[in-house]
Amino acid sequence: MISVESLTKAYNGDAVVDAVTLQLPGSGLTTIVGPNGAGKSTLLSLISRILGPDAGTVIADDIDVLSAPGTEVAKKLSILRQDQNTTARITVRELVEFGRYPYSKGRLTEACHIAVEEAISYCDLVSLEERPIHEMSGGQRQRAYLAMVLAQDTRYVLLDEPLNNLDMVHATGMMRLLRSLADDQGKSIVLVLHDINYASVYSDRIVGMRDGEVVQDGPTSEVITPDALQAVFGTAFPVHDLAGNKFADYFR
Amino acid sequence: MPPLDTAVAPRNGSTRPGTKVRNRIRTVTSVIVVLFLASVAFFLTWGVDGHWDFALPRRIEQLAALLVVGIAVAVSTVIFHTLTENHILTPSIMGFDALYILLATSIVFFVGAYAYAEIPDLLLFSINTGMLVLGATLLYRWILSDATRGLYTLVLVGVIGGTLFGSVTSFMFRVMNPNEFDVLMTVLFASFSSIDTAVLGIASVLLVGGTIAAYRMISVLDVLTLGRDRAITLGVDYRRVVTVLLVIVAGLVAVSTALVGPITFLGLLAANLAYRLTSTHRHTVNFPVAALLAVTMLILGQAALQHILGYAGTLGSIINLAGGIFFVILLVRQSKP
Amino acid sequence: MATVVLWAAVAAVVTLSVASMFVGVIDIDFGAVLTDPEARRVFALSRIPRTLALILAGTAMAVAGLILQSLMRNRFVAPTTAGTVDAAAVGLLVVIIISPGAPVMGKVMVALVFALVGTILFLAVVRRTRFREAILVPLIGLVLGGVYRAVAEFLAYRYNLVQSIDTWFNADFSGIIAGRYETLWLAGAAAAAAYVFANRLTAVGMGEAFATSIGVNYRATMAVGMGIAAFATAVVVVTVGAIPFLGLIVPNIVTILVGDSLRKVLPITALAGAVLVLGCDIAGRIVIFPYEIPVGTIVGTVGAGIFLFLVMRKGNRYAAA
Repeated sequence: MISVESLTKAYNGDAVVDAVTLQLPGSGLTTIVGPNGAGKSTLLSLISRILGPDAGTVIADDIDVLSAPGTEVAKKLSILRQDQNTTARITVRELVEFGRYPYSKGRLTEACHIAVEEAISYCDLVSLEERPIHEMSGGQRQRAYLAMVLAQDTRYVLLDEPLNNLDMVHATGMMRLLRSLADDQGKSIVLVLHDINYASVYSDRIVGMRDGEVVQDGPTSEVITPDALQAVFGTAFPVHDLAGNKFADYFR
Repeated sequence: MPPLDTAVAPRNGSTRPGTKVRNRIRTVTSVIVVLFLASVAFFLTWGVDGHWDFALPRRIEQLAALLVVGIAVAVSTVIFHTLTENHILTPSIMGFDALYILLATSIVFFVGAYAYAEIPDLLLFSINTGMLVLGATLLYRWILSDATRGLYTLVLVGVIGGTLFGSVTSFMFRVMNPNEFDVLMTVLFASFSSIDTAVLGIASVLLVGGTIAAYRMISVLDVLTLGRDRAITLGVDYRRVVTVLLVIVAGLVAVSTALVGPITFLGLLAANLAYRLTSTHRHTVNFPVAALLAVTMLILGQAALQHILGYAGTLGSIINLAGGIFFVILLVRQSKP
Repeated sequence: MATVVLWAAVAAVVTLSVASMFVGVIDIDFGAVLTDPEARRVFALSRIPRTLALILAGTAMAVAGLILQSLMRNRFVAPTTAGTVDAAAVGLLVVIIISPGAPVMGKVMVALVFALVGTILFLAVVRRTRFREAILVPLIGLVLGGVYRAVAEFLAYRYNLVQSIDTWFNADFSGIIAGRYETLWLAGAAAAAAYVFANRLTAVGMGEAFATSIGVNYRATMAVGMGIAAFATAVVVVTVGAIPFLGLIVPNIVTILVGDSLRKVLPITALAGAVLVLGCDIAGRIVIFPYEIPVGTIVGTVGAGIFLFLVMRKGNRYAAA
């Protein structure tokens, strides 16, 4: 379990993440939703120590994320962010091998090679492994970065808007992959999504944020309701049952 | 699991993992080593006319200096590129050597020329280098480590800072008396034709130290090519690593600036040519390739200066002229779709 | 805000101009100007020309910077970061080598042609490279300017002109007397012309699609703007030497204070350029009196200091990556 305790980040006096206290489960798929500017991505950056908080603590299982040695944290928690520009000429395999850095410090062991192979085949990248990532399509590159995160073999995998720039087919493929990671490998997947219906169909748990605060936190069935969505988005959407899933009709 | 990608990607033919890249790197490295050796042979023998006992020791000393400068410039530039995630920046554009010259000038300015002349070379070089390492590291770590300041701020501060350092230096030049100025000039810009052996010795020691330190950090440097954020998620202690790397860069800049003064385009061209030729991010490959390219260019430039131009020019201006034009061509061609 | 700043700038220009006329090796007080013919001669020959030259050069370089920034839609482009100054210096060097006795206007015209070609080449390279980050544009300019300068240094070394090119990159007004600064009026005229085109230049600064859609001829206006900036730069380089980073610093400081509308910003930028150059030149005359420190050195120190302060403030407009 990741325990977040009064985590705060402010820019010029405006709190983007405002004293958030939150528990993220040690397994399953948890989605953070909320309107633009709610502080979702910032929260994820703070939890993964990319961004230094103004106050608060993050404890992942028994590790203090903000003060423990970098490699210890890197074996516990990984993050995939949306910006994937890199000037470096790196092939898919080389990229995935980077995921082993916390364990190998650059000298890959036999176990590392196995983990890399598994991650590459899990993400269906075997045929692409010698391709430089800057020559790949957005969907392929997204999978390559995911494979790197998988090779890192952490219990917690954080993803910031992994469906950005993916069409429906690829977005669904990505969500199935994440779901199977949670189910088959017992990982805890925490992601930020814009589309609440993807969240509804695939998540075990949904966290709703608004104005830097957590306003909803519960099992999917409790958060995808007109009242709860009203609290998060400020608009009430009708919610329909369809083939066993709940869908918010936000189109009208 | 269903297929994730409906578009079938072209397969890599019959090549096994990595072979293509490895072959390319091997070919490139071999060609560059041959070029380097040829330029060395050429530099040592051209136009000697039988006066071997006179010409050879002098040329070997020059060669040693060129080696030291080339390696220092290439390694520091490659590190700097990785650190800033930007291939057009160099320590020189960011004001490192302007800072070095400013610091050296301030010593003459504040202690006076006569006291300055009393300071032994070794101590002086150590003071200059120490101050640069301290100043540059503090300054650039401060800028680099704050995530809310972007690359924008970094570049601005570097470029403007470079001007500021340069202006303060020329301000001191103006206020100094001519004797002090002369002392300063001879100390600041030793040319390759008259190398101070003592300085060359210290510089080589520093170079070897800096290069070994850089090699020990090769895997971290590789991780840093993924960017600051990914490096942190992979467990890199970013602040510490950046500090150490900046210390190495500052030390190497001090080495090359003390020996030849600023040569902006040498590192820029050597590093970018290396990236382009090797097509890899790996520092184990890019360090030696960039260094060999830099040294070869210096040797050819020095040979051209001596034999073709009859010393009418400086090595810096030749390298900047040829290297600069070539770099711009590279820049334009590289970004063609 | 803009009006207050405008009048403050006017007041500063007037005050500093007066001060500039009374600072110098020969001590002259106000009464002497009215009574002493020798004092009046010094005034007419040296003090007034120098003050005018400072105002005109400061105005021209600042406006040239503002125009380039507006046209390139990039805050960090200026004659010194777009290769314009270095290209003009190459031109000047070429005239001096080929025809040492050429008249000043001839030198200006050749320097202008080189400055234009150099800036257009910069534009072409920027277009070809298509970098996503705006900050890389001035970096390319610096690199390209470095190439031009390498050409200049190479030629200068061959023809023993190293000392003179140093002064072209670093303005010095100590040699200004009547008869040696008048070309600068042309640079002042170029800055005034920019005001006439201000609205069209603003439109072009909004992008080709926008400019065309509101009926502004994009290419022609772009050419006019580039021409004005290159001409002002060429005149200043030939007459007194470039003032480093003035064109970068002044427009940035002014737009921080009063916003981005070119018509509003342009007069204030012009005045602020004059203020900075006047102030720095006066300081340069006082600090090691009776010797002088070139104005470029002082501008580089003071201006760069101010700019660094602005950039390093927390939460400033440059903070975003």
